[in-house]
Amino acid sequence: MAATSSAEGAAAAPRPKSWTLRVRQAMDRNLPMDHLLPDRQPYYVGSWVYVFGVVTIAALVWVVVSGILLSFFGPQWWHDSRVGRFFNGLHFWSVQMFFIFMVLHLWGQYFMAGWRNGRALTWMIGVVIFAVSILTAFTGYLSQQNFDAQFIAINAKDAMNSAGIGAFFNVLNFGQMYGLHVMLLPIGVTILVVLHIVMVRVRGVVKPIDPEGSARS
Amino acid sequence: MDTPASYFHWGFILISLPNLVVIGGMIVLFAIALVAPFPHAEESEDGSHK
Repeated sequence: MAATSSAEGAAAAPRPKSWTLRVRQAMDRNLPMDHLLPDRQPYYVGSWVYVFGVVTIAALVWVVVSGILLSFFGPQWWHDSRVGRFFNGLHFWSVQMFFIFMVLHLWGQYFMAGWRNGRALTWMIGVVIFAVSILTAFTGYLSQQNFDAQFIAINAKDAMNSAGIGAFFNVLNFGQMYGLHVMLLPIGVTILVVLHIVMVRVRGVVKPIDPEGSARS
Repeated sequence: MDTPASYFHWGFILISLPNLVVIGGMIVLFAIALVAPFPHAEESEDGSHK
C-alpha cells in the first residue's frame, strides 16, 4: 500500500516549471554515474574482442589531434617541411588504424549480435558513424592538395553527377571539400561517437549469446 | 612506389595485393583476439572483474 501511495504521489507531483530542473532530473534518471564511469565490468568483458572499440577511439583521438595541426599550419607545411610530412603521415596512418579497428569492432559486434536487449539504436548509430567516416575520409583524400587528390576528384565527379548530387556536392570544389573535411564531418563523427559510447555505458556491454555458466548471467 | 600494385584475379574476384594483405591481416588479428588469453581476466566471486 505504501508503495502504491508513493507511486500515486510521484504521479501527482507537478511537473517542474524550470527546464533546467527537468533536464537535470532526466539526466539523473537516465545517465547514472555508476553506469557512465564503472569501476567493474562483467566477467565476459575479459576478452581482446572488446578492445577493438577502445582502439578505434584511440585512433580517432590521434586523427583529430594531427588534423588540428594540419589545418592550423596548412598545405605548404604538410608537403614541404619534415615535421609537416611527419604529421601528414601520422594523420594518414591513424585514419588507417581507425578504419581497420572500426571494422574489427563491427565484426565482433555482428557475430555477438550486439543489437540485442534494447541496443538496436546503439548499433544503428554505429552504422551511421561508419558511413559518415567514409565520407570524411573521401573528402580528406580530396583535400591533400596534390595530383592524387586531383585524380580522385576528376574521376569521382562523374559518379557524383550520375547519382544526381554533383550540383551541391562538387568534388572539384576544393573549398567545399576541405570545409566539409575539417569542420562539419569531423564534428558529426565526434558527436555520434560520444553518443554511441554513452549509449553503450547506459545499457552496459551486451552478454555473449551463450556465456559460460549462463545460469548466473 | 609509383608503380601500379599487383592484382589477385580469381574468377570474379579482383583485388590488389596490398588490400588483400590488409584484409588477411585483419582476419588473423580477429582470430587471435578470440583465442588469446586476456590479462587479469580472473573473475571475482560476484562474477565481475576490475
